[in-house]
Amino acid sequence: MSTPSRYWREIPQRYRLEANKCETCDAKFFPPRLLCPQCKRRDLVPAKLAERGKVLTYTIIRVPPHQFADQAPYAVGIVELDDGVKLTAQIVDCDFEELKVGQRVRIEFRKIFQQGESGILCYGYKFVPE
Amino acid sequence: MDGIVGYGAYIPRNRIKVEEIAKVWGADAPSYKRGLMLEEKSVPSLDQDTITMSVEASKCALKRAGIDPSEIGAVYVGSESHPYAVKPSGTVLAEAIGATPEVHSADFEFACKAGTEGMYVALGLVRAGEIKYGLAVGADTSQGAPGDALEYSAAAGAAAFVFGKEKVVAKALETYSYMTDTPDFWRREYQYYPQHGGRFTGDPAYFKHIMGAAQGIMKKAGVQPSDLDYVIFHQPNGKFPFRVGKMLGFERSQIEPGWLVNRLGNTYSGSSPLGLTATFDISKPGDKILIVSYGSGAGSDAFIFEVTERIDEVRDLAPKTRDILDNNKKYIEYGVYAKFRQKIKMAE
Amino acid sequence: MRDVAVIGMGMTKWGELWEKSLRTIFVETALLALDDAGVNRIDSMYVGSMSSGVFVGQEHIASMLADYLGQNPIPSTRVETACASGGLALRLGWMEVASGISDVVLVGGVEKMTDVSGYEATYALSTAADQEYEGYHGITFPGLYALIARAHMEKYGTTREQLAMVAVKNHHNGSMNPLAQFPFKITVEAVLNSVMVADPLRILDCSPITDGAAAAIICPVEMAKEMGKPVIKIIGTGHATDSIALSSRKDITWLEATYQAAKQAYAMADKKPHDIDIIEVHDCFTIAEICVLEALGIVEKGKGGVAAEEGITSLEGKIPVNTSGGLKAKGHPVGATGVAQVVEIVKQLRGEAGDRQIKEARTGMTQNMGGSGGSTVVHIFERE
Repeated sequence: MSTPSRYWREIPQRYRLEANKCETCDAKFFPPRLLCPQCKRRDLVPAKLAERGKVLTYTIIRVPPHQFADQAPYAVGIVELDDGVKLTAQIVDCDFEELKVGQRVRIEFRKIFQQGESGILCYGYKFVPE
Repeated sequence: MDGIVGYGAYIPRNRIKVEEIAKVWGADAPSYKRGLMLEEKSVPSLDQDTITMSVEASKCALKRAGIDPSEIGAVYVGSESHPYAVKPSGTVLAEAIGATPEVHSADFEFACKAGTEGMYVALGLVRAGEIKYGLAVGADTSQGAPGDALEYSAAAGAAAFVFGKEKVVAKALETYSYMTDTPDFWRREYQYYPQHGGRFTGDPAYFKHIMGAAQGIMKKAGVQPSDLDYVIFHQPNGKFPFRVGKMLGFERSQIEPGWLVNRLGNTYSGSSPLGLTATFDISKPGDKILIVSYGSGAGSDAFIFEVTERIDEVRDLAPKTRDILDNNKKYIEYGVYAKFRQKIKMAE
Repeated sequence: MRDVAVIGMGMTKWGELWEKSLRTIFVETALLALDDAGVNRIDSMYVGSMSSGVFVGQEHIASMLADYLGQNPIPSTRVETACASGGLALRLGWMEVASGISDVVLVGGVEKMTDVSGYEATYALSTAADQEYEGYHGITFPGLYALIARAHMEKYGTTREQLAMVAVKNHHNGSMNPLAQFPFKITVEAVLNSVMVADPLRILDCSPITDGAAAAIICPVEMAKEMGKPVIKIIGTGHATDSIALSSRKDITWLEATYQAAKQAYAMADKKPHDIDIIEVHDCFTIAEICVLEALGIVEKGKGGVAAEEGITSLEGKIPVNTSGGLKAKGHPVGATGVAQVVEIVKQLRGEAGDRQIKEARTGMTQNMGGSGGSTVVHIFERE
């Protein structure tokens, strides 16, 4: 359920993985936050995420939400990037039998879904095997 | 001297063999393979399109260029399968690579030569001193109608080039464009699949314009085929590039490095551009390369590039085209292919 | 702060209640609670409902239900914290009585989930997840718990069979609960052969879509005694939050909010895990029960898988869990679940649980959880 303004607002994160970071705690946040949850510091600085990581856990969605109906079944995982940040996204270009915890993956730009036949196309990040 | 500062390629992983398509339509696979000189083609997944492939190819081009994307002054995507009818592919690409907001963008269309059109314009703006760097991409996920000859070859892929004046990998020595109004292949608005004029697409179309552009640029540059190391022609099937090459006086060995179609298919606006990236991958400093695209309707753009020392530094900074083409392939069957190409869809 | 007791409770049969609307379901249930308590006047009410807006397009239900219960102009509050809405309704009601602001408070929960298509219901449930960074990528609720399950299986060796045994145990208990949506037993084979929803979770690992409500009446302990009621006292309460996005948690296999809420409740009640006789936990998926038992300190971290397998949590076990049938067999009308857990514990502590009665049950606990663990409310009850 992504309307044009909601989709557009998150473009820096969806397309460029723009994050931010607390310099006191040396912690990166994605999506960016307004204050550090640990030390409550407000002046967080821009940071980019690493583009590679390893799969922490995964599942294969067989009963999908409506706008993903034609993509099912598809794999979704939580990946820990090399800089420690964890992301949830689909894992594609990989046979289900090859999926495993600890697998190395990298980010690729893909179409996430489309709003029916006449709505906007929503793009973002997915993972592919290294 | 201006020219290409970085180049990159992207080809989806999926492949379908000629036999697999022929089986469904009861066609004679061996004769298609012989006639088209084609074994298999690339197929985009449901989550891939001209925009996604352009982004990935451009990221590779940027890795080789080693520039700050905010210095890119123009972003052009040439395709005949732009995902939107109205809303540019170029804006998504520009955002994804971080070139916005100080950037010019336009989507180009001219059947299969839309990619080289963007290259022509980006180079021109760099030459004129209007922009520091320009990015041009040729990408397509075009379709062939089920059961039509084009179904065997219509494939998906993208090639991206960053043009600039400094740190060039290949100097742009000469450009030329040759064009007439020729209705050899077209698609009307709201039609899903293109139409074509059968054998009319040969001599009066492909051959006439490629010959016209090739001869024109060689005359302008004062060179003969033997002065050039490599040549890449648009590759609608495996045979045409060798035939036109022979007609022009080129050797097979000059054509082979950029000849990808037998295992890639025809990537339309990505066709000769991908051939160019594959040729750069194996080139040496000093090599002179001619690329002649062809777009139905009809026209050809031609460029002569001269590879510089910098090729040795950048070649390995991103995946090589033939590695992407030949490794990590996933073969699919016709049903999955039809689903990926949206020839069959779930009910709303 | 005054001590608070539960003096009445009500629940009707849960299931696909085609003939009943949201307001009918709630009012019928609330009337049962009022009758059970022997009161017809309340000072205030709290209603837990996760998503009446998405399911039936109706917001403002706090006032609507107060009206249909004949209780205007009392204050009425709708509480939402995803699937822990019911538990939170009780906690807020408890605060109002404990602080002396009100004497008799009705706490209830309701959800009407079957007026929309399966897709819409799934969407409504998924709004408990992070829409931009989980939902956007196609994750579903079962998908999130499947991610937890696989991580737990990798880290601790929990098996597919152990997950199935949780569902089997809960159905065994639910088969003795006439109000449950699915009052029948199932086998491990049935679970392992049921349709795959999100690997490794199958349809029989998942709680269902249900219409239903539950309600309880609370008042100061002194008033309960004056009324001659059995005194079922709320001796501990806890409430904690965590990131709603699974990827933001430090340890995907650990339910920190449950641990924190339980810690608060144990401290307030001055109890330890082994002091609890019976627990109702939030088994929205089989893996959830396993992880909750670890976070409540009932079993060691990583050992949740053996609890059902070794019978520790069966009716005859050391600490019976989900004697009602749990969310799996009883049903999961989201906002009502937390209050239904209270209904079961109160039944047990009063000795009214029929065939599934745990003898000598004196101290009971409820654990109600929102989303993939982003919020948890825990209560501890004791019969005086």
